[in-house]
Amino acid sequence: MAASRAALEARGRILRAVRGWFEAEGFLEVETPSRVRSPGQEVHLDAIAAGDGLWLVTSPEYHLKRLVATGFPRIVEICKCWRANESGPHHAGEFTMVEWYRANAPLETLAADCEALIAVAIRAAGRNPAALGLETPFARTTVRDLFARHAGFALTGGEDAAALAGAARAAGVALGSAAAWDDIFYQVFLDRIEPALAAAGPTFVFDWPAPLAALARPKPDDPLCVERFELYAGGLELANAFGELTDPVEQRRRFESEAAVRAARGKDVYPIDERLLSALNQLPPTAGIALGFDRLVMLALGATEIGEVMAFTNA
Amino acid sequence: MYDTSDIRKGLKIMLDGSPYTVVEFQFVKPGKGAAFTRTKMKNLLTGAVLERNLRSGERLEPADVETKTMQYLYGDADSFIFMDTSTYDQVHIPKSTVGDQSAFMPENINVEVLFFNGRAVDVSLPNFIEQKVVEADPGFRGDTATGATKPVKISTGASINVPLFISIGDVIKIDTRSGQYLERVGRA
Repeated sequence: MAASRAALEARGRILRAVRGWFEAEGFLEVETPSRVRSPGQEVHLDAIAAGDGLWLVTSPEYHLKRLVATGFPRIVEICKCWRANESGPHHAGEFTMVEWYRANAPLETLAADCEALIAVAIRAAGRNPAALGLETPFARTTVRDLFARHAGFALTGGEDAAALAGAARAAGVALGSAAAWDDIFYQVFLDRIEPALAAAGPTFVFDWPAPLAALARPKPDDPLCVERFELYAGGLELANAFGELTDPVEQRRRFESEAAVRAARGKDVYPIDERLLSALNQLPPTAGIALGFDRLVMLALGATEIGEVMAFTNA
Repeated sequence: MYDTSDIRKGLKIMLDGSPYTVVEFQFVKPGKGAAFTRTKMKNLLTGAVLERNLRSGERLEPADVETKTMQYLYGDADSFIFMDTSTYDQVHIPKSTVGDQSAFMPENINVEVLFFNGRAVDVSLPNFIEQKVVEADPGFRGDTATGATKPVKISTGASINVPLFISIGDVIKIDTRSGQYLERVGRA
């Protein structure tokens, strides 16, 4: 199901309004390559080959961080990203990302950015945030708090996979053959926590457990958690933000460990991005965030399928 | 064995020891996690519907279930006897397996019989049957307080509430799921 004329017109207005908001906030809009040598290393993100040993970007984060490191403290990119084998009500293999970075800003500033941007998008769609149940401030919670309230057991982030699996099974979660820490976590998350988030108003979920650190830095006062939030609104996972890791040694350790898991599972292993690792030494404390633009339009229009906001749903 | 990429509507799988058929499914993927298939399934024995998030690559055991079209022949003390319309084999199915819907199962009707591990576990009637009224009281005036209907009997012995104009020999259409009269379709 592709978009109606009204949805496409609203999408265009939202895109202009989002660009206008970033300009007013003093951001420089930049463009980075769509075909890259290192499309990431995350275990569950598969890139699409683009010829010449290159891959289509799954997210522009590496190049954007390199730009921040060379002295661009506020940058935004609005670009297409591609991910293999992702197609569903909230997923399209080719989609539009809004990704922005603020040097020397805390993660909370990005949460405030999200609140402002969502209001801008909804007004651009000719609707009223309050009427959609999206008045600010949005709720703020933590992964541990969500587990305590909805999973039926406590999560610390320090337990090993066997302990996590034991606690999940004791709480009645059907784990199937899940044995990896993140697989157990996400089974509980999907079964118990996402339904609660879908029923709640817009919510920032902060303080992700260390095993799900990705590119985030540990919290100084609580190293079992990292500086990361995800924003959920209207049943959609809208955005993921990090207090960016600036330690090249730790970042290399994570890349190598993810590469080993990918290799063990027979997945493509991408080259580690050495230019990113060497840039991390120059990266100031930075907060960065990726927001799915198609999902933002879905939220503003109350769409339930991503195809309702895309002009073409198949190439 | 199946895996999650085989999931489609109507796929029959075993879960917690019971056979299920997939009713609905969709792709879900938390930001940094594995892909899952959110799968709504119906228990083929109880009809209960449940939803499971099946992680990509999870193995699924096929359920040994088969549906056969069979003709209802007759009943004895505790079974109904059906004939496979393609092989002419006859099977006895306990009355308790057919349940209350036998009131709407006239002889010679074709039904769908579900076999699980070779044993008949469920009988599905067509949603609608057309039956001749065999007993009706011509003088029944109805109870105007509850609407103008009267009870009549069909050949299976079941009693149906019908409008007052229905009489013996009329053929009426009945919803077998609710046991309700729908319309008069003619006269035998």
